[in-house]
Amino acid sequence: MKKRRVAVIGAGITKFVRRAQETGKELSFEAVRMALDSCDMRMQDIDSVTMGTAPDAFDGVHMKGEYLSDGAGGFGKPYMRNFVGGGTGVFAPIHGWFHVASGMFDTCMVVTSEKMSSCYPHPQAAFITIFDHTTEQPLFPTLIWIFAMEMNRYMNTYGITKEEIAQVSVQNKKNAIDHPSAQLGKEITVDDVLNSPVMAWPVNRLDVSPASDGAAAMILASEDVAYRYTDKPVWLDGVGFNLDTAYWATRDLYYPRYVEKAARMAYDMAGIKEPDREIEIAEPYDPFSYKMLHHMEGLQLAPRGKAAEMVTSGATARDGDRPMCPSGGALGVGNPIAATGLMKVIEIFLQLRGEAGKRQVPGDPRCGLAQAWGDLMQVGTVVVMRR
Amino acid sequence: MMRQRRVAVVGMGSTAFRSVTPDLSYRELTHEAAVKAYHDAGVEPKQIDGFVSCAEDFLEGYSIADEYIPDQLGAVLKPVQTVPGDAIQGMGTALMMIMTGQFDIVAVQAMSKASNMLTLNEMVNFAMDPIMNRMFPEIYHFVAALEMNRYLHETGVTKEQCAKVVVKNRMNALKNPGAGHGAELSVQTVLDSPVVSSPLNQLDISEHSDGAVVMVLAAEDVLPSLSGDPVWIEGIGWSSEAVSLESRDWSGSVSTGLAAKMAFKQAEIKPSDVDVAEINDEYSFKELVHMESLGLCVPGEAVSLLEAGETEVDGIMPINPSGGALGVGHLFECSGAHKVAEICTQLRGQAGTRQVKDPHVGIAQSWRGVPTTTSAVVILAN
Repeated sequence: MKKRRVAVIGAGITKFVRRAQETGKELSFEAVRMALDSCDMRMQDIDSVTMGTAPDAFDGVHMKGEYLSDGAGGFGKPYMRNFVGGGTGVFAPIHGWFHVASGMFDTCMVVTSEKMSSCYPHPQAAFITIFDHTTEQPLFPTLIWIFAMEMNRYMNTYGITKEEIAQVSVQNKKNAIDHPSAQLGKEITVDDVLNSPVMAWPVNRLDVSPASDGAAAMILASEDVAYRYTDKPVWLDGVGFNLDTAYWATRDLYYPRYVEKAARMAYDMAGIKEPDREIEIAEPYDPFSYKMLHHMEGLQLAPRGKAAEMVTSGATARDGDRPMCPSGGALGVGNPIAATGLMKVIEIFLQLRGEAGKRQVPGDPRCGLAQAWGDLMQVGTVVVMRR
Repeated sequence: MMRQRRVAVVGMGSTAFRSVTPDLSYRELTHEAAVKAYHDAGVEPKQIDGFVSCAEDFLEGYSIADEYIPDQLGAVLKPVQTVPGDAIQGMGTALMMIMTGQFDIVAVQAMSKASNMLTLNEMVNFAMDPIMNRMFPEIYHFVAALEMNRYLHETGVTKEQCAKVVVKNRMNALKNPGAGHGAELSVQTVLDSPVVSSPLNQLDISEHSDGAVVMVLAAEDVLPSLSGDPVWIEGIGWSSEAVSLESRDWSGSVSTGLAAKMAFKQAEIKPSDVDVAEINDEYSFKELVHMESLGLCVPGEAVSLLEAGETEVDGIMPINPSGGALGVGHLFECSGAHKVAEICTQLRGQAGTRQVKDPHVGIAQSWRGVPTTTSAVVILAN
């Protein structure tokens, strides 16, 4: 059967900061307002709202989706929350795609919001509650602890060095200098990363994205409605998501097979046969520096074990052959979990429209991809966009 | 709505609903429901294209409850997502997924392990606005008590009449082998039970139950490859009203009205065409409120239908033949799933001694409970 085409027609992102004065509701409101203004729409023009936001434990608000509903414009509308852990930010537009592609709605407001700073003194403490109560919580694991294991396995499998991985932090933090929402844009060197404090070997402090508050919103519309509001729609041509087993200790961590499955689903839908040639620009999820490389391989944008070489050769820079994280990514712009993923989708939207300002990659790209990852190193979410 | 593709519920599986289940983990409850649902539909998990799980972090006792979904559902390395909402909202997501044409068969899962919740009152307090509303030290039922007061004031309905909902639903539950709270009560017993938050007495409030439900939804064009007896989804709707206590409408359920409007418009039928209804009765008076908000009767008439016995299993408008939340137990995110499963059972004519006579159209409705104003409605037909 013929699929209904879904367009992105507007977007907005708040500033990402360590501790926002605004509540989660207010951050959502601000992002929604910016998205509406970007395409001259009003909330009355929106048929449905979907909210993506990560664990309730950050905000200390039970049923957080309900709490955020009025700030996100959900009052009196079909409003639903979607949630796949850290992958939520890129899943939210997929959930929005369901709303419009199904024919049930002509427009959908996709909102993502995160208020991590309510968790005091640091949101890392909330993550103890994501682990299995019987087999894992008694060991007091942290996220950095398990990602250190994954990074170590990845380095050992392919003989990749910490220096090579540190280049990702250098590149992304530099890219973020040009992003108006950025929290950590800065010129740093590989030595700065290597000399920063060790969190859990091999992860150093500058290999890690910060905790942030922020929100992002994006408006989706069906083909006929899209042209009423813009003559430059960007199409959501492929979506994919995939969840692996909860028993992560039973998996080999060197390769994210769930990201590959999610990507293949999106590529099949978008009719992409050779992703490394056809995807001109990408925003792989980079909460840790090695994750950008790991995900480039899962996404089939680099051969296994070779992603680091692409960074070294300069291919992933904004003016390189295959720009990766031109926004500055989670490492540079900041990481308000769900809002980060949508920020990446919005970056591809702006790049394909040629509206990314100082961040604009050369070569007039026509096809891009954004991806997020989450749960217990377990879920991949991917969107492929074209103009 | 542009109707691209018809979708049916082709399989459902549910556990029994019990006040405690010390012998089973929540993963085992879900596994039992999933095995039954897949068997009912005649599918192997590998044939299912996508999965929707309905779960709220605090209620599950985990952050990112999504992590612990795939294994017991047969959904490892599959498109799986969580909707932190009622199962009818999850069903809405599954329906949209199939209507896109990208997915043919989607499973929806929800479960309740309420007996594990040791601090429910504190958790629900955490659902209140942290700045404006969380100072109340009261038990959370006070929000429902305020609504009940307003409803009694506006309609002239009495506490005795609300108690009759409890008597009816718990009596219905005696005929439902899956129900955990069936009982033969008198109106006086309800009125004599301790006051929790006036005007709500203990027996006006549903008790919790543990259990799980899995449903399999499929597109019309793949039905020939499945063995399940299809129940068609004719319309679905969901809506949220004001979340803050200050600005909401206290008398009716505005969100139920909006959700019903959306669902009836899609189904192109009238509320008077409905033969059987499973609606939210977490609190006794809510059954009456929701009947009116759904348009199953004109405002003010719900109580006369109740008193005339017309909402009993053999009446003209049977409401909650399963026993509802009062008789089966309150199931949190799984509430809507249980109601849909009961309507499917009724429409298939498999409800045994509680079977409604020859129903063709059924409606299931859920409300997400205190302090929310979110409701969802689905219209099903055989």
